[in-house]
Amino acid sequence: MGNKEKSIVVVQLSGGNDYLNTVVPYGDDEYYDFRRTVHIEQEKVLPIDKVYGFSPHMAPIKRLYDQGKVAVINGIGYDNPNRSHFRSMDIWHTAQPDEIGTEGWLGRVIRDLDPSAENVLTGVNFGRGLPRALGVRGVPVASVGNLETYGLFPDIKDESAKKLALDAFAHMYGGVQGKDPVLNFLGQTGMDALKGADILRTAPQKYSSSIEYAANPIAQGMKSIAQVLLADFGTRVFYTQHGSFDTHSGEIATHAKLWDEVSGAVGDFYDDMKEHGKEDEVIVMIFSEFGRRIKDNGSGTDHGSGGVAFLVGGEVKGGMYGQYPSIKEADQLEGDLHFNNDFRSTYSTIVDKWFGLDPVPIVNGQFEQFDLVNA
Amino acid sequence: MNKDVSLMAHLMRRAGFGATRNELEGYLEDGYEATVDNLLDPGESGHMPDDIIRRYHVDQSELRQLDGAGAYWLYRMLTTSNPLEEKLALFWHGLFATGYAKLNQARALLNQIEMFRHYGFGSFRDLLVELSRDPAMILWLDNNENHKEAINENYGRELLELFSMGIGNYSEDDIKECAKAFTGWTLGNAEYMSVRASKDSIWPYGRIAWHYEYRADDHDGGEKKFLGKVGNFNGEDIVDIIVTQEATARFLSTRLFQYFASDEVDSDGELVISGMMEAYFQSGYKVSAVLRSLFNSDYFKSDKCMYSRVKGPVESVVGTVRLAGTYQEPTLDVHSLWAQTMFMGQGLLAPPTVEGWHEGVEWIDSGSLVERINFAAKELSDPTKDGVKDIIRRVTSNQKDLSDPEKLVDSCLDYMGPIQVQPDTREGLIEFAESQGAVQIQNGQPDENASIQVARLIGMIASTREYQLA
Repeated sequence: MGNKEKSIVVVQLSGGNDYLNTVVPYGDDEYYDFRRTVHIEQEKVLPIDKVYGFSPHMAPIKRLYDQGKVAVINGIGYDNPNRSHFRSMDIWHTAQPDEIGTEGWLGRVIRDLDPSAENVLTGVNFGRGLPRALGVRGVPVASVGNLETYGLFPDIKDESAKKLALDAFAHMYGGVQGKDPVLNFLGQTGMDALKGADILRTAPQKYSSSIEYAANPIAQGMKSIAQVLLADFGTRVFYTQHGSFDTHSGEIATHAKLWDEVSGAVGDFYDDMKEHGKEDEVIVMIFSEFGRRIKDNGSGTDHGSGGVAFLVGGEVKGGMYGQYPSIKEADQLEGDLHFNNDFRSTYSTIVDKWFGLDPVPIVNGQFEQFDLVNA
Repeated sequence: MNKDVSLMAHLMRRAGFGATRNELEGYLEDGYEATVDNLLDPGESGHMPDDIIRRYHVDQSELRQLDGAGAYWLYRMLTTSNPLEEKLALFWHGLFATGYAKLNQARALLNQIEMFRHYGFGSFRDLLVELSRDPAMILWLDNNENHKEAINENYGRELLELFSMGIGNYSEDDIKECAKAFTGWTLGNAEYMSVRASKDSIWPYGRIAWHYEYRADDHDGGEKKFLGKVGNFNGEDIVDIIVTQEATARFLSTRLFQYFASDEVDSDGELVISGMMEAYFQSGYKVSAVLRSLFNSDYFKSDKCMYSRVKGPVESVVGTVRLAGTYQEPTLDVHSLWAQTMFMGQGLLAPPTVEGWHEGVEWIDSGSLVERINFAAKELSDPTKDGVKDIIRRVTSNQKDLSDPEKLVDSCLDYMGPIQVQPDTREGLIEFAESQGAVQIQNGQPDENASIQVARLIGMIASTREYQLA
């Protein structure tokens, strides 16, 4: 089931990305009234039109936007916004704003793409620990901290000592199945881990590219994703995150650096895909758990609601989607932006139009979709 | 392998986080039943004192953030002289699962854990009343939104379903009546706290915690019908009725059995649970009596019960660190231990939902297994750590000839637990020991290379399937 070649890369901006300083309403004087100190000057903005423009630290994304490869989803969010990092992130991960959900939406995508769990690498997370978005019981997902050392015994540096340890491990875990189902399950899981690691570790050797990714974690994460994607292991869902975007203080410098890193990494990734003729087979989705307060606090901004997401890819119909929320005092929601499109509309669009799966059980309901993917 | 040592090691894996050989020798002097009694009546336990912790960790004064608060509790687990006190608190934390996500204030959770330490061994009735007054719980399950004129059923429902009786033992009407009885059980300073939160979201000067308040004017004092009884019940009255139910005795005994004895309940297990239920009623609902009945049962001491539980991530991390002897003093990277519990799927103080964690084999997937193995292997294969040194000392001093890899493996298995392993596992370990070459002892002392070799074998034992089991 599902469209064979297509994959998604989700980039999570952890901590709450400041929407107003990402897609800047530089043509709206009120922005400068509310943002006395934490703003981006008019002349620095990379204009989209006469009112809105990208942060100057998003030049690679602006370049792709101009080529029609970036969809900007304005005013994305959900009803009764929650301003707790953890809860709001949970909501984005489980697609259940009203109750505490147990299954991740991407875990469900992986399950529907590979219902009999034939490939242990259908979903791969780059980072430690599994994000809830990928968690569904019985759905195997690899979590990779560092592709070069991924797998068992990364702390044994000596190669021959490591080989001895791995051989012993295979002996201990891969023996004949016995009577105890728990020991058998542990044995099987251990062997799966060994197998997945063996496959994944070959990716860097198979890879060659003229793109030079930066040394920061998100750029290296996107490079690892490119390596695994181009190695054709059948991975369809990639996940990674960057942060912290929780800019309560010192926002200007921090936010600039973070977006330099993210947009550089995404731009390089797109170019890498293009170099390998794969830019039409992958979409990068960038999101954050919420936006930030309209009025600044003198040095940063506090937790808010209403945010922005981006989809980047060769098959994305570029442009502005949703509505940029009004920042007028009378239109505010407790000092924050009103959302105007449910994040599950974007999810549904990806699940249905990109993967060809039924979105309703994955995102927990029927949501209007955007026309932003070339089907 | 000595049977008494094996049994004591089994008890300590369940009633604690495992034990070093030194600790086991102390417990063995007391004997099994006296050890059970001591564990169940902890008195004042020794542990790393707060003033020492705060001198090294600024964030562990305020304890608002999740990782600092998790690390704070881990220090307690790592250094406590009564491991059952913490193991039982961890049980209640999983059963009455309250999560950070909705609170953004970990101090409130630690206060709840302290309440578990205080009431966790005593009457289940008192524990449920305290739980109903606990500010973190009130917020977590919205009892502050449960009003006389408009009930919110969340706490009332979970009290019956997840905390005391289990589904199928009461009606939807009982839930409503239960919720009504708990109207007015709320927070004294919720408005103040939310104003603080919205005005000052980085809290540079710290935050105070919520406190419980009973508001008689918001309590529904009317007549209620609950589980067949009629009266103008308040919350305590509801708890009084709940604790007399057979379903409650069965629910509590079964959950304790699954946490302390075996993941799966078979017919022998059912008999043990009947005994636990009897102890529950005879003792006036005392949790310590229920546990004593379990730990002293023949079933608990049987081979069948040993290794019949998958260790949870927290017990796995704490057990490994206690065995290695590290983190006994303030250590700057202690937050990384909390992060490890998260990587392995059990973020301490951050259960995913009110249902807690899914335990048993559900702890294990390929990602979490790799995290477990890599953590334990790294921690225990370092010959400079005190606990590892002690194992190496015992292994090398008890054997004149370490060149026989079989004897070396058996000796390491003995002093690390004892741990019993399957034939395949033992073969793999022997193969590994052989491949490293013979261990050389000079004048009864291992040289540096010998220590490294034994430590690597210890790390390999920590990577086995059996090490994942308790």
